[in-house]
Amino acid sequence: MSWLPRVAMLEVDDIQHFLLTRTPALAARYEFLTFRKSVAGRAWLAGLIDKVGTGKSVGSASPDSRWVTLAFTWNGLRALGVDEVPLETFPEEFRQGMAARAEIVGTTGANHPDHWVGELASPALHAVAVLFARDVAERERCKKEHDRYLSRIGDVDVLSGLDLEAIHPGEPREHFGYRDRLTHPVIEGTGEEAPLGSLPPIKAGEFFLGYLDEGGSRPVMPQPEILSRNGSYLAYLRFQEHVGAFRDFLRQQGQTRDEQELVAAKLMGRWRSGAPLVLAPQKDDPALGVDLRRTNNFDYGKMDPYGYGCPVGAHIRRMNPRDTADNMQRRQMIRRGGTYGSLLAEDAPEDGAERGIAAFIGCASLIRQFEFAMNVWVNDPRFKDLGNERDPFVGTQDGTFDMTIPKRPVRKKIKGLPAFTTIRGGAYFFLPGIRALRLLAAGDPALVQKPRKVS
Amino acid sequence: MVTHVIPKEPLEPQVVETASETDWTKPQAMAIPKEGYFKVEQGRYGPLFPRTPACHGFTIIAKIKPGTEEEIRQYGKKLENALAGDPYVLAPLQLHYLRWVLFAIGQDKYFMYQGIFDTDFDKYTEDAVALFTQTGINTIFEKLEGFPSDWRTNVPAFIKFLREHQCPSFLEYGEYPYVTAVEIKKALKLKRAFSDMLDQMQ
Repeated sequence: MSWLPRVAMLEVDDIQHFLLTRTPALAARYEFLTFRKSVAGRAWLAGLIDKVGTGKSVGSASPDSRWVTLAFTWNGLRALGVDEVPLETFPEEFRQGMAARAEIVGTTGANHPDHWVGELASPALHAVAVLFARDVAERERCKKEHDRYLSRIGDVDVLSGLDLEAIHPGEPREHFGYRDRLTHPVIEGTGEEAPLGSLPPIKAGEFFLGYLDEGGSRPVMPQPEILSRNGSYLAYLRFQEHVGAFRDFLRQQGQTRDEQELVAAKLMGRWRSGAPLVLAPQKDDPALGVDLRRTNNFDYGKMDPYGYGCPVGAHIRRMNPRDTADNMQRRQMIRRGGTYGSLLAEDAPEDGAERGIAAFIGCASLIRQFEFAMNVWVNDPRFKDLGNERDPFVGTQDGTFDMTIPKRPVRKKIKGLPAFTTIRGGAYFFLPGIRALRLLAAGDPALVQKPRKVS
Repeated sequence: MVTHVIPKEPLEPQVVETASETDWTKPQAMAIPKEGYFKVEQGRYGPLFPRTPACHGFTIIAKIKPGTEEEIRQYGKKLENALAGDPYVLAPLQLHYLRWVLFAIGQDKYFMYQGIFDTDFDKYTEDAVALFTQTGINTIFEKLEGFPSDWRTNVPAFIKFLREHQCPSFLEYGEYPYVTAVEIKKALKLKRAFSDMLDQMQ
């Protein structure tokens, strides 16, 4: 539409900071909440809005020590008193929620919502308060403060909570030992430049409602617009990582440490240092792994079409097929989250404690972005004609799928890949803009009453 | 050069329940239940339609708005020219064939759009819709009754229209079942390479 500017001016004073800024947080707390009374839910929200950082107030050099984010399920919006008419204008996938769409998302078998923890599959789940903190001490202080606040309000209960901490404070790594946070989409209008080998900046409408997207239009939004503008959808996933099982598997696959590391790299598509196999196919190159200017500067179509470096079924090649998939600029998502549980020492046996990654994936369309990734890239056994494979880390594995590692003269096929992760919970949330939070807290008539027909 | 044994009698096409997807030498047919699928397997926009010996595909049938037949026919030339300009414009769909038909039932005119391809349309629906838009096929869809007027900003409504007007086959047949367009092109490339090699050896 010609009246829209080509590059959107982001309303950074209205967008919650969560997807715009990666804060220097080393600890976090997720509190999953239920509102027993609308009035209580609105009172809880009203008292917290001023603590929610915006894209304008929170930069990556933020002097703050804690950052608050608030998001709601569809049931949560209803519990706050939002009327049926606006509620029905939300997309079907959000209205149904992640648990109801388990088959589509691929959370079946051991990953099925029947086994989820923390009442995340329950219709009573209404909201999540995400607290990112500079350190554990600050997180604990904020937790206590929120507890006191909840007891003053009453009728807002914590269904469950999760503490997160960086397990390698010096660098972002997850429990299997891989370096994390190596790629992220750059949003047009933020001024950030895309690193070499990455897609050019992505239109804001791929992440925030109310802006032009990569399809060249401004998609229809839930109504009234003031409720949805500057909002995003979040898909939450809690992945338990079976570190002991993963290490046992590597030991079975390789006699020497080098052989084991190569298998670990083939499953991921990167060495644990972060160095990509396409650029470092034979041996690890830790300096490349940490060099964010170089570590994404590769493609698959020209540099590794048959997967001799990075297997076609490797995690990073499935989750970001780069030049070997169409419309990649329409598949981008922003991930926020971290690790939970304690680090299992290198030589320690499996201790049975739960540890993993719990993250929110932000986008403008759950069905087009998140569900596509889960349904096709992660869990489709036929992805790229592989035939019987799923993503080795985030796919639903039950010992019946394989992993092919192309190799000359004969490829290596790992039959019956074990499950290295289990999904312990998930949910869909709407992350409103600040103005919308205020309307929700106020029980604004535009939201809680049926709009009158104009004759 | 004979690469496989040619049977003396033509093979009877078989109606199979669990088709072998690897033996391209045996023609196969698949009878499909009324719903269009054997078991409900939920895709993002509704139940998934199965791959058959005749690959993936769709048949979309819809009534056209009165008086738009000529405009629709003219689109044929437009797409022909688009393909001449960029032969790979439809490549993402991994197509075998597309067929476009206009026909009458009584006084009413109908449009049929049939595609046979290797991509799982249900999984890559948005890519297909993006291509429809790129190649201007939306200009035909706009002439169809019931097509959502806000399709430009409402992809789910576009997809809903496609699914509502999709008529699943009750029988599909493949002379060389489950063979993909990529495999056919590879075989033809190989044949050409062999011919070149034999020429060079003269």
